[in-house]
Amino acid sequence: MRINCPHCGQRSNDEFSYLGDASIVRPDPAAPNANEAFYAFGYERANIAGPMQELWYHAAGCHAWLVVTRDTRNHEILDVKSAQEVALERQKAAGTAQ
Amino acid sequence: MTQSAQTARLKDRGLIDRSQSLTFTFDGVPYNGYAGDTLASALLANGVRLVGRSFKYHRPRGILTSGSEEPNALVELRSGARREPNTKATITELYDGLEAKSQNRFPSLSLDLLAVNGLLSPFLSAGFYYKTFMWPASFWEKFYEPMIRRAAGLGRAAQEHDPDSYDKAFAFCDILVVGSGPAGLMAALTAARTGARVILVDENFAFGGRLLSDVRTVGGVKGADWVNSVVAELRSFPGVRLMPRTTVFGAYDTGTFGAVERVADHVPVPAAGVPRQRLWRIVAKHTIIAQGAMERPIVFGNNDRPGVMLASAVRTYINRFGVKPGETAVVFSNNDDGASTIEDLVGAGIRVAALVDTRTMLQPATKSFARKHGIRIFEGAVVADAIGSSRVTSARIVGADGTSQNIACDLIAVSGGFNPSVQVTTHLGGRAQWQQELAAFVPGALPKGMAVSGSAKGTFGLASCLKEGAQAGEAAAVASGFQAAASAVPAADDEPSDISAFWHVKTAKHKAFVDQQNDVTAADVALAEREGYRSVEHLKRYTTLGMATDQGKTSNVNGLAILAQLTGKTIAATGATSARPPYTPVSLGALAGEHRGKHFKATRLTPSHDWAKERGAAFIETGMWLRAQYYPKPGENDWLTTVCREVNTVRNAVGVCDVSTLGKIEIHGTDAGKFLDRVYINMMSTLGVGKARYGMMLREDGIAMDDGTAARFADDRYFITTTTANAIKVLQHLELCRQWYWPDLDVQLFPVSDQWAQYSVAGPRARDLLAKIVDAPFDISNAAFPYMAVAELTVMGGIKARLYRLSFSGEMAYEIAVPARQGDRLMRTLMAKGEEFGVAPYGTEALGVMRIEKGHVAGPELNGMTTAGDLGLGKMASTKKDFVGRVLSQRPGLADPTRPRVVGFRPVDRSARLRGGAHFIGKDDAAVAQNDQGYMTSVAYSPSLGHWIGLGLLSGAESRMGEILRAFDPVRNGDVLVEVVPATFVDVEGARLRV
Repeated sequence: MRINCPHCGQRSNDEFSYLGDASIVRPDPAAPNANEAFYAFGYERANIAGPMQELWYHAAGCHAWLVVTRDTRNHEILDVKSAQEVALERQKAAGTAQ
Repeated sequence: MTQSAQTARLKDRGLIDRSQSLTFTFDGVPYNGYAGDTLASALLANGVRLVGRSFKYHRPRGILTSGSEEPNALVELRSGARREPNTKATITELYDGLEAKSQNRFPSLSLDLLAVNGLLSPFLSAGFYYKTFMWPASFWEKFYEPMIRRAAGLGRAAQEHDPDSYDKAFAFCDILVVGSGPAGLMAALTAARTGARVILVDENFAFGGRLLSDVRTVGGVKGADWVNSVVAELRSFPGVRLMPRTTVFGAYDTGTFGAVERVADHVPVPAAGVPRQRLWRIVAKHTIIAQGAMERPIVFGNNDRPGVMLASAVRTYINRFGVKPGETAVVFSNNDDGASTIEDLVGAGIRVAALVDTRTMLQPATKSFARKHGIRIFEGAVVADAIGSSRVTSARIVGADGTSQNIACDLIAVSGGFNPSVQVTTHLGGRAQWQQELAAFVPGALPKGMAVSGSAKGTFGLASCLKEGAQAGEAAAVASGFQAAASAVPAADDEPSDISAFWHVKTAKHKAFVDQQNDVTAADVALAEREGYRSVEHLKRYTTLGMATDQGKTSNVNGLAILAQLTGKTIAATGATSARPPYTPVSLGALAGEHRGKHFKATRLTPSHDWAKERGAAFIETGMWLRAQYYPKPGENDWLTTVCREVNTVRNAVGVCDVSTLGKIEIHGTDAGKFLDRVYINMMSTLGVGKARYGMMLREDGIAMDDGTAARFADDRYFITTTTANAIKVLQHLELCRQWYWPDLDVQLFPVSDQWAQYSVAGPRARDLLAKIVDAPFDISNAAFPYMAVAELTVMGGIKARLYRLSFSGEMAYEIAVPARQGDRLMRTLMAKGEEFGVAPYGTEALGVMRIEKGHVAGPELNGMTTAGDLGLGKMASTKKDFVGRVLSQRPGLADPTRPRVVGFRPVDRSARLRGGAHFIGKDDAAVAQNDQGYMTSVAYSPSLGHWIGLGLLSGAESRMGEILRAFDPVRNGDVLVEVVPATFVDVEGARLRV
């Protein structure tokens, strides 16, 4: 598998390490349901067959976290974005900059 | 010495170099061959047709094919450390001095006593492992398995270390072409002419594929001459790489292919500096699979006898190698390949006794050719059995009317049609599709960027292959962004390739083999079907059909076709087993490459490693690091003596320990303090400039992740350390927090673990020693630079340094860091200047003893299962802020006050030794799991106290001081009474830190 890092170009997957589902957002620790929300954040995962947004870390490269959209059925990589940019956009949309 | 006759060598044929005679031995007998031969062709040239014994029944076997699909002609190549079993003679390139031995025979190839297994065959049929040897169970290990291992099995692996080297390499291209037959060559040429970067690989040592084996004309010249001209033109392009002797063994994601290049398998010993094999990872934008097709046999009686050979292999031996595979041939086919074969046999002067075809309507041209050359034609007929014990002497032909007759021959050329080589197209999950009119599986849905052309796709005519290859090459080049260049397709004819599916001769009287490598017969397939193994995957596992080194390249389709007939299903509905990498066996040496022995992983050395080596240090591997464990002095013969001396030196004078392996990260930015507050359980934003603080990080699930110190050098500039083991993990975690959780914070992280050499200088004389190296006007006095102070300064006359007043040993101590390249110099200076204070270096062992004496937790306690509370650090957690792991650390299970917590232990009998891993059990309780109350995590002999001490995790630890427990250690026969004590054994008030 090869991942097109936005900073380094297309690189072999052995330069990267995998974390998991990027659609899961760290909950607000101050929310009243924080216990349940963090439990779900820590443990509950969908077993997605198809395009999935995943977090990958370019460990042997630029140290950027990436949001990689990968089809889990055939490993086709459909999109790669900087995780920081995705997270900033998400904050902007939600108006939740901390 | 022996100018052996090569009696079966044809005078006027072949692409071998008769000017280069080569000598080789087979089972110790010397023979001659020529450059350009394979071991198989050279054996045939010398009249050797019996080359091995079969896996289960020890039946005599010869050479069935001329390629990598060979199931029978497997030999042990070379000897001693280089002995390589199961080498296919059909693709082993002959070299001078080649040594080969036949396999699986006892005591010799011609007299094999274990051929008696053939008589036992009723007990060795499909599933015999599961049936015969089930009872009594105790017999399996002692009797059945050793017996089977002796009788069955393939060659013997070398017993010594492989003396050769193996290499790994990467290649990148626009277009990868796999296979260099007519389709592959045209694809590569057409693509190369556009300027695309092309890699052409072929498993053979010569490019050309079937054009080397068949008598064909391309563009008005002989096939082999056309191949030479194309290869010459390909060589002229700077962007083209030609890779013969290279097998693409697997397709992987995003256009990545695994390939093995046999760099030096065709020479006796690789030249100096040359690897035997090279493992390639080839990354291609587009790939054209043109691996051709493999002929399959027809299943008839005794179809495994030496002398039965695939028709296409017969032509290869005649045309490419100039060898007569027999004197009198019978050709048996269900397709037009039989007709081409009789022409080549006649052309080579080999008598053809009969053409037996399962079809009833042969081409008029074939009939008239046969008539002219006295060849009897049997239409709608079969070869039911090969007759002969160690080689074919005749063929029993059963005609359309059911009458049978024997026709004398020593060669049966058989063709059951062709299987396109679709394996690589299915590696990523695609399924081959059955095509009834071709009687073959053709590639199904292909991975992105892959195309298939030529007979690999089921396109069997030469002219069509050339055209299809050219089209595929052009399409791939255009898709890669190149301009199509006008490329004419050379003229050629499409040979007839009519076929009528035919699999298995039911009138056979003898064993009819489907899988010759695994000795699986048509009767075994029928037995499996009767016993309910009716899916192809079950059939494979029950009978072993399609397993082992050839992975059923000549047997899979026949096997499932016979199964389909038995179950009354179509072949399409029966389906095929999935092919997975590797396409052909790959040696473990190639996969390992240089990563073996000491080179298995990198070794990291600290900047003063050479100094420690000179000093005679014993080293220990911690992760990738090599750290000094202790520094024995002359006369110290046991490690404990050395370690106790090192501890006493630190406690009474001054010691220096290399702590350069700690993870080190610079944290810069206006939000650095805020950021650290969120990743450590304790507050870091309140840390004063010029101060350090111990800190702990949790994982998000509330479990302790790592501990270390944070130092603040400016409002917006922190420096943190991590444990050696977690240096990389913590950085990755912090990057996730910074980029993904809180992207808006103004923080930057810089890993600087390798930039600083860092040393702990510990003991009552530590300050006296450091005073000798710090540059004026830095004031190192206790008042100016108290416990937990940090500073940037210079030492040894202008060398940049950082000083931290931190202590892990419990003594008055400092950590001093200098740029990595100054580490060696600093260590030597400290030793020289410290002589007057009695300085000694100390290693990780003394470091560990002192941290246990002080009750500091480390790896054995931070074990991925303990919380901050378990470690006795719960009070550090701030309640004024959120931090990673806070919410989940409050779960009832993790906050439970009865969880095992870290506490100290000492033996009741002070002379007793403690053991890490011992479990705590009530003094009078039975040593059973339900009485388990925790376990010992760390132990050490404390020279300060004169007895063993330990740290351990114990339920309800705080309220149990003074209690006596058993530390039970059944593994080492230990059962010691221990007393629960506070975890700090030395200087409980911490007074020594602050002096």
